[in-house]
Amino acid sequence: MQRVLILGGGVGGTIVANLVSRKLRSQIDAGEVEVTVVDQSGNHVYQPGFMYITFGNEKEQGLSRPERSLLDHRVKLVVGEVTRIDEATHSVTLASGESLGYEHLVLATGSRIAPEEIEHFDSQAHHFYTAQAARRLREALDAFKGGSIVVGIAGMPYKCPPAPLEVTFLIESELRQRGLRAASEVHFCSPIGRAFTIESVSDMATPVLGEKSIELHTFFNVEAIDPERKVVQSLEGEELHYDLLVLVPPHHGAQFLIDSGFAPAPGGWLPTDHHTLAVGGRPNVYALGDATDLPLSKAGSTAHFEAPIVAERIAAAVTGRPLDAKHGNYTGRVMCFFEIGDGKGTLLRFDYDHPPKPPKPNRVWHLGKVLFNKAYWRTVPRGRV
Amino acid sequence: MLSEQPSTSVNRTIDARGSFCPGPLMELIRAIRESEVGTVICVRSSDRGSRVDIPKWIEKAGHRLVGVNEVDGFDEIVVEKLH
Repeated sequence: MQRVLILGGGVGGTIVANLVSRKLRSQIDAGEVEVTVVDQSGNHVYQPGFMYITFGNEKEQGLSRPERSLLDHRVKLVVGEVTRIDEATHSVTLASGESLGYEHLVLATGSRIAPEEIEHFDSQAHHFYTAQAARRLREALDAFKGGSIVVGIAGMPYKCPPAPLEVTFLIESELRQRGLRAASEVHFCSPIGRAFTIESVSDMATPVLGEKSIELHTFFNVEAIDPERKVVQSLEGEELHYDLLVLVPPHHGAQFLIDSGFAPAPGGWLPTDHHTLAVGGRPNVYALGDATDLPLSKAGSTAHFEAPIVAERIAAAVTGRPLDAKHGNYTGRVMCFFEIGDGKGTLLRFDYDHPPKPPKPNRVWHLGKVLFNKAYWRTVPRGRV
Repeated sequence: MLSEQPSTSVNRTIDARGSFCPGPLMELIRAIRESEVGTVICVRSSDRGSRVDIPKWIEKAGHRLVGVNEVDGFDEIVVEKLH
């Protein structure tokens, strides 16, 4: 029996499970292979939708489905929290005490937010990385009658790199539509020396920030929040007054990956081969999605394009056939939509060797994102696209 | 661009080779946060952007750029934490 154990039922883990079960259908039916997904909640959440709770009419219920409903019936699902991986015994321990063995291990454990690392974050700052936080930000925007809005980043790397810029654009657009723009300042704080990590995207976004009179503050690494004075302070010594503060919280990989010796502290990101997606040189352990240390966007799109590589490598290893080199090596492919506000968007499509060349923002790419959000459940988790 | 041999002795070295922008800068920022005033930190980076981005950040953050040296195809950027 060859056991394929997949930790995490997000985009990456779910697609890998479905693709492996499709490729190894006969072996699974013959009882020679077992594919198991372990997920903490048993619910698959479409996280890109959170932003549309704040800026659209999306409801939390529409962004979550039972993981079981998305998995091929040949895939087993275990709902539980992983506490440790034991490499010596090729086993994973759950909080319940249950132990699961593996011959092939897939780490699709995502990233976790840690707002508690910034003092006063919870009482002063908003974010959009959970449904609850996105709803709270909506309420704060509804109550906003003018003043200073500051959007910043309190730690890198973080999930969905364009998101803070998108949120800034969408807030500015909303303020104009509500007649509050003249009574408001909008500030965007970037931790690096430009608006966005990828230079071509920064070159596209910077003039848009200027056109919308959004003030760009570069090298602003959020250090502290002073709730008395309502200022956010940077490591570089700047401070900005806020009436409404929106911060990307610090992100980390799963703690059990650090505890099990798979990922270094404090980040907890898995050292992952750029092309094979193997973890730390281990031939039977793969990582994908947010959990890796790859120099790519932490985004569902990345996991989506990585999943077929992991599935192909596992299927080849299980059956002993040669690897299909074309489908078994990751090229760094990522594709994501980028909202600009006013019903316009653009598209970021790139890989390790080809930086994105975002087209001029237009309505088509905004509608593309809206359509993709609707089509997600029928296509992506099932490995149909 | 500075290109001098750092005379100050390095207390901490960060090997960020193989990491892409902004990885080396973020590694330096983490080290600055963790270190005492006066600590001299050397960042090794194979990303060519670092030799521009990191000195700019050091200037903005008010620390001291000790030197930028090219060594065997990568850069060593040395900074002293001043506050």
